[in-house]
Amino acid sequence: MSDMLQIEVKVNGAQRLIDVAVHHTLLDVLRDDLELTGTKECCVVGECGACTVLVDGRAMNSCLMLAVEVDGSEVTTVEGLATDGRLSPLQEAFLDAGAAQCGFCISGQLMAAHALLSRIPHPTVEEVNEGLAGNLCRCAGYEQITQAVLMAAEGGDR
Amino acid sequence: MRGFQYARPVTVGEAVALLDEYGPDARLLAGGTDLVIGFRDGSIRPKVVIDLKRISELRPSIEHTGESISISACAVMTDIVEHAGVREHFPALVEAAQVVGSVQIRNRATLAGNICNGSPAADTAPPLLVYDAMVAVSGPTGARRMPIDEFIVGPKRVALERGELVTAIELPIPDPPIGSAYTRLTRRWGTDLASITLCCGVDGAGVTRLAYGSVGPRAFLVVDESGILADPHMSDDAKAPLLDRMFAEATPSPRSMRASPEYRLAMLRVLGARALRTAIGRLPKGSTT
Repeated sequence: MSDMLQIEVKVNGAQRLIDVAVHHTLLDVLRDDLELTGTKECCVVGECGACTVLVDGRAMNSCLMLAVEVDGSEVTTVEGLATDGRLSPLQEAFLDAGAAQCGFCISGQLMAAHALLSRIPHPTVEEVNEGLAGNLCRCAGYEQITQAVLMAAEGGDR
Repeated sequence: MRGFQYARPVTVGEAVALLDEYGPDARLLAGGTDLVIGFRDGSIRPKVVIDLKRISELRPSIEHTGESISISACAVMTDIVEHAGVREHFPALVEAAQVVGSVQIRNRATLAGNICNGSPAADTAPPLLVYDAMVAVSGPTGARRMPIDEFIVGPKRVALERGELVTAIELPIPDPPIGSAYTRLTRRWGTDLASITLCCGVDGAGVTRLAYGSVGPRAFLVVDESGILADPHMSDDAKAPLLDRMFAEATPSPRSMRASPEYRLAMLRVLGARALRTAIGRLPKGSTT
């Protein structure tokens, strides 16, 4: 037992060895230790989804997990969606649809949508609504966000 | 967040030894979707956090033997929703698991945690009661099994002794088959705690099992063996007085911010009648005596 632990995590494709305080959340470590501030801190009770990341491919609230729990796992944050400086088709669709207003929730929306499309490449509107039900947008840009996800699905592998 | 020590045992025995040593100063961590909130707001202040996810016996797994389905302590809601055997035999548990929180929560929250957390509003408690689930427990004196109805005690209380932890939840395959349905009342779609949770199961012999939560200190199971509720040919009006008596255990709190007692009691009858109709409709053809 200890209060610090070294963990091995693959973050956005790069293997990392990180010393973390055992009581720090994954969100704390991503933002403060790894300076990946794309992942947002908001409600910190698992209701708003702004802190959503993928852990081994599944969308999760990084505010509700200790960083030590992802030891040996693969974590993808919003910074990991673009490849070689080019936005992913999903990110492009968010821009095209005007889905980002203030933008604060968008990292989480993107990660939840990315997880949804990996599971269901061509979702119905209902499936998009359910897949993003854990992500709140206080600008209430839900129409455009849903539209963006459907546009990205339509575009397929473009 | 206050500091604590973190332990990552690899066997149930090690976890039990730690739990036994630290008693109330230790907390078990599986999904953590309730626990981490408590760490942050200071309502839960453990000295030691025991992470169960490295214990091979507790790894997420759902085992289907001929007579039962066993759901390990670290299996999450998404695992349950996606499992073909659970979908076939325990549709009401699937319906409950798939409305817990959001996708993000369901990818993390465990069935065992939902029960051990002891919330009167736990979505999965009513279906587990209707399906007569057994809780497998390990502790300093060995392993034991107990019915879910005895395991659930009250708000934040379950029948675990010092040093004990849940290793699995076992669901006996209903024989003969039953029709079952889960429904709940929330203020909105998406992440919300339920104002009523309700599950109904009927069998071909006319037995109706009804379990409901979020309207008292724990989820209650009531059974009607008169055959009246399960009768597909009897009208809702004829069933109403009996259904009302089934809800006698409901004592919704006047202090809840989610719904008034009057509203909950009125809606309990609506949801009860609705779940009963769905359950009867799902009873396999030819199983009515």
